[in-house]
Amino acid sequence: MPEVKNRQAVTGAQAIANAMRQINPDVVAAYPITPQTPVVEYFAQYVADGAVDTEMIPVESEHSAMSAVVGAAAAGARAMTATAANGLALMHEIVYIAASSRLPIVMPVANRALSGPINIHCDHSDAMAERDSGWIQLWAENAQEAYDLTLIAVRLGEHEDVRLPVMVNFDGFIISHGVEVVDFLDDEVVKKFVGEPKVKYPLLDVNNPVTYGPLDLYDYYFEHKRQQIEAMKHVKRVFKEIAEEFEKISGRKYDILDKYKVDDAEYIMIALGSTAGTVKYTVDLLREQGHKVGLVKPWIFRPFPKKELQELLNGRKAVIVLDRSASFGAEAPVYEAVKSALYEVSDRPKLGSYVYGLGGRDIKVDHIKQAFEEAFSGNINTDEERYLGLRE
Amino acid sequence: MADLKGWKELAIGGVIDKPSTAKEYQTGTWRVIRPVYKPENCINCMFCWLYCPDQAVEIEVVDGKPKMKGFNYYYCKGCGLCANVCPKSNDKLPEEKRAIVMKPETEFQD
Repeated sequence: MPEVKNRQAVTGAQAIANAMRQINPDVVAAYPITPQTPVVEYFAQYVADGAVDTEMIPVESEHSAMSAVVGAAAAGARAMTATAANGLALMHEIVYIAASSRLPIVMPVANRALSGPINIHCDHSDAMAERDSGWIQLWAENAQEAYDLTLIAVRLGEHEDVRLPVMVNFDGFIISHGVEVVDFLDDEVVKKFVGEPKVKYPLLDVNNPVTYGPLDLYDYYFEHKRQQIEAMKHVKRVFKEIAEEFEKISGRKYDILDKYKVDDAEYIMIALGSTAGTVKYTVDLLREQGHKVGLVKPWIFRPFPKKELQELLNGRKAVIVLDRSASFGAEAPVYEAVKSALYEVSDRPKLGSYVYGLGGRDIKVDHIKQAFEEAFSGNINTDEERYLGLRE
Repeated sequence: MADLKGWKELAIGGVIDKPSTAKEYQTGTWRVIRPVYKPENCINCMFCWLYCPDQAVEIEVVDGKPKMKGFNYYYCKGCGLCANVCPKSNDKLPEEKRAIVMKPETEFQD
């Protein structure tokens, strides 16, 4: 385990801004939006202090922010932005263009509820609205993971077999504004880890002129989509390779799934982001009472860890899926994907779908216990969506 | 269109990785009406050459003067602009006296 030299109490936003300082991207274009604002604010300070070489572009909207980083990445720059909620929604058009143009932009997203009614607090509806955009989605549980995954994201997106943009999701306020202890790597170690930007078809290479964004009709569009589908298939392998390398420099281990006490678990809960921490605590409490429970937290949601979940969940008594967003008129996004993955397994567990925490509503240990206890008593239903912490 | 590439051969991201590829685009496949050149009625004014949006009018220089040769059907989209600007082709003239006659593609075997 490498020695920790730089342990600080910081917010998740500070941790990410520090990761960005160490990455020293060529271009950052961003527009402030709660709760992402401090990420950009801290980073702008680094730019003003001359701590980075970054060309920072203060834009007039998120649509412009994403457009600017698309242009920068196409030029051959290592480009980053950050946003949240309605900002991400305003980017939506260009989010797809970034992915389909195969530009490895890295974007931390401080997950927040999409309006309306207007709400600034933690919710996953913003990222879930982009889940089919072609971006890789990484999900952090805390400030440490937000920092680490931001560094890993740079390598992952730029990998020759991937060439895709990466969204690093970290829960708004809970992670972005909560102060936690974070172990930072040395600047030199990060510099070596991220390396020089790996560029492909840079517009600034005037000796090899290329065209970005040409009209792509029925004769070729389909083939380009198929290439994106293929690129996503490489992500999990590449992520594992990079995670292994990252473990050597940090001592911190990442994988497709974070598995907590699952080996003998009969009941497994699945959750994204910071709620996984509360679930781990609850798992410990329930285990003290003799319940065989565990947690699975996907570090990667896109591409969806279908195979990994099939292997892990096959034969369990029950699987409870928590979703911090709803899909109106359909099943919640994480639940829908998990349920679909389990269609093929030989020994399907019972399934329960629980939507919680919309608009920043707290999720408490009692809520998580309630969901587990409903599973213990066999009182869960594959076709029924339930709600934790909702007033009837 | 038989030479379209499969997804494994294409540059990613819709990037066109070499210049001037528009030349390879056979816009002639779009054509539903075809301009047919009648040299016996042509006065070589070069209007068609000047107006053609696809540079599909081929000319040659004879004795220092430009001379209309005919149409490049690989690129001609059949827009009919050439016949429209041709002083020797209009609705009042009988077909046999026009320099450019627009005919439906269905009349041709190729």
